[in-house]
Amino acid sequence: MLEIKNLHARIAEDGTEIIRGLNLTVKAGEVAAIMGPNGSGKSTLSYILSGREDYEVTEGEILYNGESILELDPSERAAKGIFLAFQYPVEIPGVATMQFLKVAMNEQRKARGEDELTTPEFMRRVKEAAAELKIEQSMLRRPLNVGFSGGEKKRAEILQMSLLEPKLCILDETDSGLDIDALKIVADGVNALRSPDRAIVVITHYQRLLDYIVPDAVHVLYKGQVIKSGDKTLAHDLEANGYADIIGDAA
Amino acid sequence: MNMQTGMKLSVAEMALCEAYDHAVGELPGDAAVLTARDGLISEFKAGGLPTRRIEDWHYTDLKALLRTLPDRAPVASAARVEPLVEGSTVLSVENGLVAGDFSLPGVEVRALAETLADGSAAAGLSARNRDDLIGKINGAFVRGGFALDVPAGAALEKPIELQTVQNGGQTHARFPVAFGAGSTATVIERHLALGEGAAFVTTLSDVTLDDNADVTWIILQAQGVTDTHFGQVRIRLGAGSKLRLYVVNAGGKLVRQEVHVEVAGEEADFILRGINLLGGDTHNDLTFTAAHNVPHTTSSEIIRNVVFDRAHGVFQGQICVAQDAQKTDAKMSCNTLLLSDDADFSAKPELEIFADDVQCGHGATVIDIDHTQLFYLMARGIPENRARAMLVNAFVAEIVEELEDEPLVEALEAVIDRWLEKHA
Repeated sequence: MLEIKNLHARIAEDGTEIIRGLNLTVKAGEVAAIMGPNGSGKSTLSYILSGREDYEVTEGEILYNGESILELDPSERAAKGIFLAFQYPVEIPGVATMQFLKVAMNEQRKARGEDELTTPEFMRRVKEAAAELKIEQSMLRRPLNVGFSGGEKKRAEILQMSLLEPKLCILDETDSGLDIDALKIVADGVNALRSPDRAIVVITHYQRLLDYIVPDAVHVLYKGQVIKSGDKTLAHDLEANGYADIIGDAA
Repeated sequence: MNMQTGMKLSVAEMALCEAYDHAVGELPGDAAVLTARDGLISEFKAGGLPTRRIEDWHYTDLKALLRTLPDRAPVASAARVEPLVEGSTVLSVENGLVAGDFSLPGVEVRALAETLADGSAAAGLSARNRDDLIGKINGAFVRGGFALDVPAGAALEKPIELQTVQNGGQTHARFPVAFGAGSTATVIERHLALGEGAAFVTTLSDVTLDDNADVTWIILQAQGVTDTHFGQVRIRLGAGSKLRLYVVNAGGKLVRQEVHVEVAGEEADFILRGINLLGGDTHNDLTFTAAHNVPHTTSSEIIRNVVFDRAHGVFQGQICVAQDAQKTDAKMSCNTLLLSDDADFSAKPELEIFADDVQCGHGATVIDIDHTQLFYLMARGIPENRARAMLVNAFVAEIVEELEDEPLVEALEAVIDRWLEKHA
C-alpha cells in the first residue's frame, strides 16, 4: 500500500535535511509502528506523507497503491484515502466542528465521484461515531478544537478518522498527553478501524501505546533513516534497553 | 449660481455644481430648505472635494479618487428587491425616489420629500463641520428617503428594511429615525445596485435613541463595481439606551461610510461591528467618531477587514472622552486579513481622553491566512480554495454570530458567503 524508496527531504525554508535515504514498506492490513528518539524525523515523515508544503522532497519516491503522490496537494492525498491524525490538532475559531466535518466528508465524496451525504445521514454517522469515542454532543457544537482538552483533541482526531474512513492512517504521537483511560478509548477506536484493506502507521515514542494497538511490524527511525525493522518484540527490546544499542549496531 | 471661487474646480467638482444648478428647480423644499441647500453647495464650492491635506480625508483623497460623476438620470428603471430578512417591512427608495405607497404599522412614517416641502427637515440640512463633504452633498441634493418616528415603548417584532436601489445615475437619500423611550427595533439599511451603469449615491441616516431604547441597526452596502457610495450615520444615544450598529461593506468602487456617535446619556451602550469585504480596485473607507460626553457609558468597536486583489481599505476611529465623562469604558480594535501583495489597508485609531478615570484601549493587527490552519483543513480533503474561503469566513463570522438573531445572522452570512465565492 505504501512504499517509500530512498526518500530525502529537507525543510523548505532553511534547507536542513531531515529525511536521509529512508526506505519503508507498509502492506494493506498491516499496523506498522515507527519508533525513534527525539529529532529522528518521525513527525517530519508524517507531514511529508500528508503533503505539508514546509518540506521539500529532494530525492526518492513515495508510492501509494503503486502511484507517486509527491505531486498531489494535501487535499488530493486525503481524498485518495491518506489521513494524518495530528500530534497537535489545530484550533480554528469561527469554524464550527459540525460544519467542518460535513464539508470534509462531502468534499472527499465529491472528489471520488460519490453523492454528498444528506443531513440526516451525516448526523446519524457523527452521532454513532461520537458515542463510540465517548465524545459529548456539546463538544461538537464548539468551534473546531477550540477549548478542547488535550485528550478531547486526540479523540476528535480519531472521530474524524472513523468518519472519513481513510485507507492509510498515520497516527502522529496520538498517545502524547493522554491518561490511561483516554488512551484505551483512542486505541479501541483505532483497533475498530483495522481491516484487511487498510494500513495504519503508528508513530510513537513509547511502547505503552503498542500494548493497546499491537503492531505487525516495528521500524526504528534514526537520523532520517530506518535503521532496524522487526516484529512487535522489537518494541519491547527498545523499552527495556533504549535506543543506544540499536544505534550503535547501525553505526 | 455664479462661480466666485478663486480655486480652479476639477471636472468632478464642476459636474457637482452643474448638477445642482440643474436639479435645484425640481428638488423638494420650502424657502428654509432651499436656503439650507444653497448654503451647503456654496460651502462645497468654496472648499471643493477634500484632498489628503484635510486630516479627515487624508487616506481618501477625493480630489484624486473621484474624477467623474455619472449623469443624474438613471440608466434604466429600478424596483425594490425582496428584503434581506424574510418578513421585514421594506421602505424603498428606487432610483432616488420614493415609489408607490408605504406604511409601517405602529410607526409614524413620512416620505422625506414631505418633510422637505413643509420645512420640518430644514434643520437637519447642515454639515457637521467644515470638512463634512457627505453632509454638504447629501444636504444640497437630498430628495428621497423616509422619516420614521418609533413611539415610546414600541416593540417592533419584524425588521424594517430601508432600501435604496439604483440602476446608475445619482441618488441622494436620507433617513431621519427617532426611537422613542424604551422602544426596541431592528433596522436594516441596505444599498443595492441593479444593472451595470455607474451610480453616485449619498445617504445620511440621522438616528436618535431616547432613554432605554434598544436598537440593532445594520448597514449593508452592496453596490456595483463602478459605483461611488458616500454614507453617513449620525447617532445620538439617550440614557440607558443601547445601539448595536453593524456596517457591512460588500460592494462599490469608491466607498466612504462615516459613523458619528454622541453618547449623550448615562449608562448608554454603543456597539460597532464593521465587516469590510474588499476586492478588485475598490477603495473603501470606514470613518468613525465617538464622543463620550457623560459619565458611565460604554462603547466597543471591532472592525474586520478582508482585502483581496488591488483593493485599498481605510479605517479611522476616534474616541473622545470629555472631561467629566468618568468611568467611560471604550475599546476599539481593527483586524485586517490582507490576502494580496497589491492590496493595502490603513488604520488610524485615536483616543482623546480628558477624563482621568476611564478604561479605553485600541489595537490594530494585519495578518495573513494561517498556514497551519490551512494545512489542517486541506489534510482532511478540503480543496485549497474552499479551505481558504472557510478561514476567511471564520475571521468575519465570529462577529456576525454575536448578533444572536438567527434569521439576521443567516442572511448576513449568506451575503458574506456569496461575496467570498466571487472573490476568493
